[in-house]
Amino acid sequence: MTAAKLNPVDVVVVGTGVAGSILCKELAGTGLKVVGLERGRMIDPQHDFAMPYAHDELKFDRHSDIFQNLSRETITFRNSLNEMALPMREMGSFKPGECVGGTAAHWGTHTRRFLPWDFETRSRTIERYGKSQIPEDCTSQDWGITYDELEPYYDQFEHLYGVGGKAGNLNGEIQPGGNPFEGPRSREYPNPPAPMTYAGSLFAKAAESLGYKPHVSPTAAMTQAYLNPYKLMLGQCVRGGFCSSHGCAMGAKASPLTTVLPALLKHKDFELRPLSNVIRVNLDSAKKRAVSVTYLDARGREVEQPADLIILASYTFNNTRLLLLSGIGKPYDPVANRGVVGRNYSYQSSGKVALFFEDKVFNPFMGGGARGTSIDEFNGDNFDHSGLGFIGGAYVAVSSSGAMPIRNTAVPPGTPRWGSDWKKAAAHYYSRNFTIALHGGSQSFRTHYLDLDPTYRDTNGLPLLRMTFDWSENEKRMSAWITNKAAEIAKAIGPSKMSVDPTAGHYSIVPYQSTHNIGGAVMGADPVTSVVNKYLQSWDVPNVFVVGGSAFPQNSANPPTGTIGALACWAADSIKDLYLKRPGALL
Amino acid sequence: MQGTSNENAYRYLTQPEVRFLDAAVARLIPADELGPGAKEAGVACFIDQQLASAWGTHGRNYRMGPWPEGTLQQGFQSRFTPQEIYRAAIRETNVHCIKQHQKPFEFLTPQQQDEVLHGLEDGGIELESLPAKLFFSLLHRNTMEGFFADPMYGGNRDKVGWRLIGFPGVAAASYNDHIEEHNVPYRVEPVSILDIQEGRVKVDSQGYPKHAMLGQTKPE
Repeated sequence: MTAAKLNPVDVVVVGTGVAGSILCKELAGTGLKVVGLERGRMIDPQHDFAMPYAHDELKFDRHSDIFQNLSRETITFRNSLNEMALPMREMGSFKPGECVGGTAAHWGTHTRRFLPWDFETRSRTIERYGKSQIPEDCTSQDWGITYDELEPYYDQFEHLYGVGGKAGNLNGEIQPGGNPFEGPRSREYPNPPAPMTYAGSLFAKAAESLGYKPHVSPTAAMTQAYLNPYKLMLGQCVRGGFCSSHGCAMGAKASPLTTVLPALLKHKDFELRPLSNVIRVNLDSAKKRAVSVTYLDARGREVEQPADLIILASYTFNNTRLLLLSGIGKPYDPVANRGVVGRNYSYQSSGKVALFFEDKVFNPFMGGGARGTSIDEFNGDNFDHSGLGFIGGAYVAVSSSGAMPIRNTAVPPGTPRWGSDWKKAAAHYYSRNFTIALHGGSQSFRTHYLDLDPTYRDTNGLPLLRMTFDWSENEKRMSAWITNKAAEIAKAIGPSKMSVDPTAGHYSIVPYQSTHNIGGAVMGADPVTSVVNKYLQSWDVPNVFVVGGSAFPQNSANPPTGTIGALACWAADSIKDLYLKRPGALL
Repeated sequence: MQGTSNENAYRYLTQPEVRFLDAAVARLIPADELGPGAKEAGVACFIDQQLASAWGTHGRNYRMGPWPEGTLQQGFQSRFTPQEIYRAAIRETNVHCIKQHQKPFEFLTPQQQDEVLHGLEDGGIELESLPAKLFFSLLHRNTMEGFFADPMYGGNRDKVGWRLIGFPGVAAASYNDHIEEHNVPYRVEPVSILDIQEGRVKVDSQGYPKHAMLGQTKPE
């Protein structure tokens, strides 16, 4: 089939999620002709997320048509190099999006900055503890950019997304009520923190009694009506639940659909093409310059779109897969320990303590977004790791995200899974329980990576992406140690029953955990260990930028969205201020 | 389904299969002093509607081979669709029951039924064409879904699942007025999407219902 070749444009952006939408908006304002290509369908929130249909747990959490359609394309998965990877046939551990707005159309609004340590994991660990503290085969590394360099872009993103919270560190001054362990921020959050829920206040009191510094978790579900810098108005969150996995009926959840796209679509220099699935970046004969992308349009026709600048800004998996399918950068080989594309795939670990009460009622259906209370004492390198046998950590939080009955009807440990005793426990404890959860980091290791599957293909005949991943001893030790700390807080609250479950055993693709997959096209200062430079520019093909979670060399404990947004703002500025003035490799 | 006439209209399941499911889900979530169970909630009807939908043929799942069994961590790897799982497993479970007890599942005593369900759950019973655990885990998951999903999907009739646990259904826009009332139960008549579709509950200009508060007479 011969592709229809379109007239050239200045910039093509692949993906319209958090990263892609910001890059489109920032570059469309420069006078360049920008085209955004999105494999999913158009979303009109007023139509797609209208009440009362938005409050349908079965439709959105179980059978959502804004999640990736696995019948067309999925990934394959195995725990280790000596297994055969098999396709992820149904949605489980994570829920990548497939629509205009991307995964953020249904995200949970947890917005925390990464810690300064997260950006310099290797060098700071060696500096504080010596080289022997780094686990064997750990490939975690420095990002090539520091927290301080990225701070203005965190600030930009948080104002774009109207994040509500309380600063804990303003220009180096510790602030009461905030998270004292965060990196210094240049100004307050754009919106105030949410009030504490009942569960959150019990957690805060117990944590304080143990000497910790609890704070309200920052959230991108609006804590008040908010006008963002793109002059878009977001409504106040009514805490009706049905938040994560769902689109917001109130337009109170910051996402590309509410904070960027309505302004972006007004630009005459911008064109959005939904249902356009990019399958390849085409290079010149020397493989030093990208000339176009090839995509399949809504009717399945092959279309070639030439462009001067090509930005891959899709999900971690798709960014990495497009590089591999296009022959940009050397594929990673874990045996020879050579190559870079697909290297340093990672995820996030967890751990939880479930608390059940007889005399406390939490109205758990009220809530939404990241509403909750956290402590940061055990995150990153905020505590002394000497002799602990692991690096990294977790933040510990109680979240009132809106408990839905299919997903969140919890019963105490020892309760049968069905029958009258289950029913009795479900009736009593649905509203009388909450969870203290660890949100844990995950370091990168030599045998955890992404490559092209040798067996399974998508509906276009192209190889699926293959994931090789398991929990490392480092993450299991970390989770066990911090889950014990969480259990001490739980005991201070005094539930009648509790269960304690750290991350253990093998990683499984089955239960939902988080859509926080990262790496594969990581950034860094050295082309031997990174795919893109600190400006998110390909080392090999300088007119290709790769922006997203794919750039993280290892995973922080904190949710990735804020950092993906900040990297997009940083990349947009780098392109505008440096690349466009002198197209070529930025050094 | 309240207000509609097709609450016993089955599109995929046959009558013997419906009798099996009614009996099985009545053991998973029994009717008791706390209220109706999964059978009364219409869970068999819910499962039928699900099986007749795209999900019943795994319309959004990856369906290409090869099909090695894989590890537990690699998840669902069966060639069977949910339609095929229910069809084969109900027949084969009844074959087992007739062999053991000379009766199909629905005529066994509750205790015998529980034994069969435990046998499916832990794999103690072997089915001919698929792992018993695969069938049980699907049946368990669909029973919970049918008991707690919006009644517009055929289960959770009269919102009995939501009444049991105190879930209000479609949210009201006024939770901000209640969220700082700590340890004060918010008890209301639940509102379903079906209630709103069929005009039994009015909504405000943004589509949110107003909840009718229940008296604090329910035992804590």
